[in-house]
This record gives sequence, structure tokens and C-alpha cells, in this order.
Amino acid sequence: MTSLRIFFIGGLMSYRAMFGWLNPWILVPSLVVSPICQILLFAFIGRSAGVGDDEFYVIGNALNYAAIPCLFAMGATIGGEREGHTLGVVLTTPARRIPLFLGRALPVIVNGWGVAMVGVLAGVLLLDVHVPGPAWPTILLVVMVASASCTGLGLAMGAVALRVRETAVLGNVVFCVLLVFCGVNIAVADLPGWMGAVGGWLPMTHAIEAARLLADGSTLGDVGGLVLRELGVGALYTVAGLSLLRWFEDESRRKATLDRN
Amino acid sequence: MERIGAVLHQQLVCYRLQLRVLSTSLFDGLLAVFFPLMFATAALLVYRIKGDPEAMQYAGLGAAIMGMWTCQGVIASSLLTRERWAGTLELLVAAPTPLSRVLVPITMALSTIGLYCVVATILWERWVFGLRLEIASWPLFVLSVLMAALTLALFGFFLSVTAVRYRTSWSLGAALEYPGWLLCGFLVPVELLPDWIHPLSWSIPTTWAMAAVRESANGGSPWADLARCAAIGLAYAVLASYLGRRLVDSARRNATLALT
Repeated sequence: MTSLRIFFIGGLMSYRAMFGWLNPWILVPSLVVSPICQILLFAFIGRSAGVGDDEFYVIGNALNYAAIPCLFAMGATIGGEREGHTLGVVLTTPARRIPLFLGRALPVIVNGWGVAMVGVLAGVLLLDVHVPGPAWPTILLVVMVASASCTGLGLAMGAVALRVRETAVLGNVVFCVLLVFCGVNIAVADLPGWMGAVGGWLPMTHAIEAARLLADGSTLGDVGGLVLRELGVGALYTVAGLSLLRWFEDESRRKATLDRN
Repeated sequence: MERIGAVLHQQLVCYRLQLRVLSTSLFDGLLAVFFPLMFATAALLVYRIKGDPEAMQYAGLGAAIMGMWTCQGVIASSLLTRERWAGTLELLVAAPTPLSRVLVPITMALSTIGLYCVVATILWERWVFGLRLEIASWPLFVLSVLMAALTLALFGFFLSVTAVRYRTSWSLGAALEYPGWLLCGFLVPVELLPDWIHPLSWSIPTTWAMAAVRESANGGSPWADLARCAAIGLAYAVLASYLGRRLVDSARRNATLALT
């Protein structure tokens, strides 16, 4: 029961605290304008290069932008606590770490999903991209899976934030890696072999492919394998993140580096 | 003469100090180069699919210059906010040196990071994509790039003063990144954009600088584009200087400089 309370209430409180500063003056430029502009940029690059269609870029970039809240919010889970001098308090509580940190991930997943769907809707409205009606529920589901998977990577990044101070730089670097390696703007088959192989082990790659297939008329059953692979990759990063958190926490206690600013 | 010497000395000292600060910052130095480089990579991967050397030359030139926009547009918008966070904005405004003479060397330092980005991208294109840019006239090409840097610094000056009352100007700066890449014709010809957007593109000096870069690379004459670029850049500098005085005076009169 306590774990459930920590998971839901603690997660929500942490999210509200973390985004306490997120007023419309930040939210609109960061999580509405920027994803739409990234979609437009690559859609026009595609038109200029004569490669792909608008739908390809809308889905790829909308899902890619979900990574921004997923990575940055999870990174801020650790970095923000340290800046607020509350990290020591959080880590000295007897609360179990799995509900403590996974609870913080839940609102982030919903946020990432929202950002991606804003991008998809904007693409439909601004670029006249047609997504068949029956495909929408399954696309909503796949976007949620992508967001959860990417939050797993964000959790691992948050763990690294126990050692790395520049979480904003780290988040941007990881975001760029996802942009280039995950088939966001270039189909994985068109990437050099080694890049495609790396992409297969990153979140987003399988979900983007699945979402594109769904928009082209495939059923959830057809893309079940891709969705499972995406979930598997997400689970892998989540486990890695929780393990890293445990390890870095122990190290930080031993070496008194927890609140190093 | 002595006065001019003092002004130049102040500009040089401020420029060198700010360049050092920016160069040692992971966010302003390293990331400002890395971020556009990765977007350039994504764009080049798209263009490479067709294997058209002309299209690769087009994208390669644009990708080389687009990083300059990131270095300037994103960071310049939040210059005064950063001073506010550091608690030095009041000191800068109260100093006998006009604020514009402090801001211009900072945006010049940002443009210098942008020049580094140009070199890094050209080398990246050569080493990673095997793309050797065909430049018909290197002197004109370099002149066009330097004009892009100079006018972007003036445009950055304009952005920095207009955002003085915007508490979260860093998010505004970040949101300017993609529109700038799209509007200035780095990777997409301006003609491909909707007609109603064209005037917006033409009002940015970098659009003309990019056109000059392409002309000098293709063996044409970049002078008309360079003249337009310089004129628009100067117009922004004059406007920024006027607005800067008005906005700072207003902030002092209403005690809103700190925005707290």
C-alpha cells in the first residue's frame, strides 16, 4: 500500500514540483511550437530532396519529439532534486526505490505522449496528412509505448545525472542520437548497416516503424512484433536505469558526492 | 582619437572575455556546435538517398552555415536573462558604458563560435559523407561567411534587447531554432515555402548571406546579396540600439529590470 502511495502520489507531487515553473510562456514554445517546427523543417527537406512523403516525416518527428519531455524530465528528477538540495532527503528515506522512481516516470510518459500527439495532429492539419480513422486508436497506443520506452532511457539518463552535472547537455546529445539513429527521417533500411543496428537497440526505432505501418493501413496484429520489441527495449533501459541508480547512489554515499554541484 | 581607442579597447576586452566564457561552457560551446551538426547529418542522410551530387552540394553548403544560426539565435535571445540570473544585469545597466556596447561584443563572440561550427561541419561533411564542397571562389565564399557572422551578430543584438522584458526568453530562443533553419534557406529553397512566408525570409539578413554563399560557391556574383545582407543587418543594429535604450529606460523607470 505504501509503495502504491509512493508510486502514484509521490510521482504526481514530484512531477508538479519539477514542472512548477512550466508556465505557458515556456510550455508553448518548448512543447508545442518546437515539435511542429521540427516536423515542418523535415517535411520540407523531404519535399526539396524528393524523398519520402509528408506522412513519413510527420510520424517520425512527432514521435522523436516525445523524447524531449521523456529525457529531460527524467534527468531533472535527479538534477532538480540536487539543485533544490533535497536529493539527500529523498535518498535517505526508507521508501522503496522502484515505486519511488517509476512513479516519477508515469506522468512523464503521459507528457511525452501528449507532445507526440500534438505533433501528429499538427501534421494532419498543416500538411494535409491523411491518417485513416481506424488507425488512430492503435497509433495512440503505439505512441504511448514509444513514450514509455523512451522514459526508460530517460531514467537511465537520470541515474547518470548523479555523476554528470550537465544534464541539459546530456539530454540534448541523447535526443540528437535518437534523431539520427532511430529512423526518424531516414528509413532504417536506408541507413548505413551499423547505424541501423545501433538504432535497433534504441527506444523509438520500432515504434516509429510501427506507427508508419499503422498509418499506411496495417493492423495492430501486423505490427505486434515491432511493439513488443519496443517494449523490450524500454524495459531493458528501465532495468538498466534502476540498477545504475542503485549503484550510483551507493557510490555517492561512499564518496560523499551526492550533493556535488 | 583617444575616445575611439578606448571604445575599441572595451570592445576587444569584452569580446575576448565572452569568447572565453562561451568556449569553456559545454552548453554554449560544445552543444552549440554538436546540435546543428547532428541535424545537418540527418538532413544530409535524407539528401544522400537520391545520390544527386548537385543536391548534396546544395545541402552541404546550407548545412555548413545553419549552425551559425543556432549559436546566435538561441543564445542571444537569453543574453540579458542570463545576466539577470547571474545578478549582473543591474550592474551592466548602471555602468557608464552603454548597454549596446556590452551586448555587441557578446553577440560577436557568439558569431565566432558559429564560425567554428562552419569549419567543423565542412570537415564533418568531408570525413563522414565524403562530400567535398565545390567552391568557385574561396575569397568570396569566406567573405560571404564572414558577412553572415557579422550580420547575425547584429541580428542577435536585436534579439537580445527585444527579449529584455521576457522572463523566459531562453525558451523563445530555443523555439526560434527550427523556424530560422527553415526560413533562411539553409536546407530548403525559400521558393519552396508558401508565398506568404517569403517576406519573413527576406527580412532576415542570413537569408541573403546564404544566397551570397551559394553564389560565391557556384561562380556567380554575390555582391548584390551581400549588399542586401549588410543593409538589413545595419537596420537591425540601428533598431536594436534605439529599442535597447527605450526598453532599458522603461525598465528602470518602472523598476522592472529584475522582473521579480
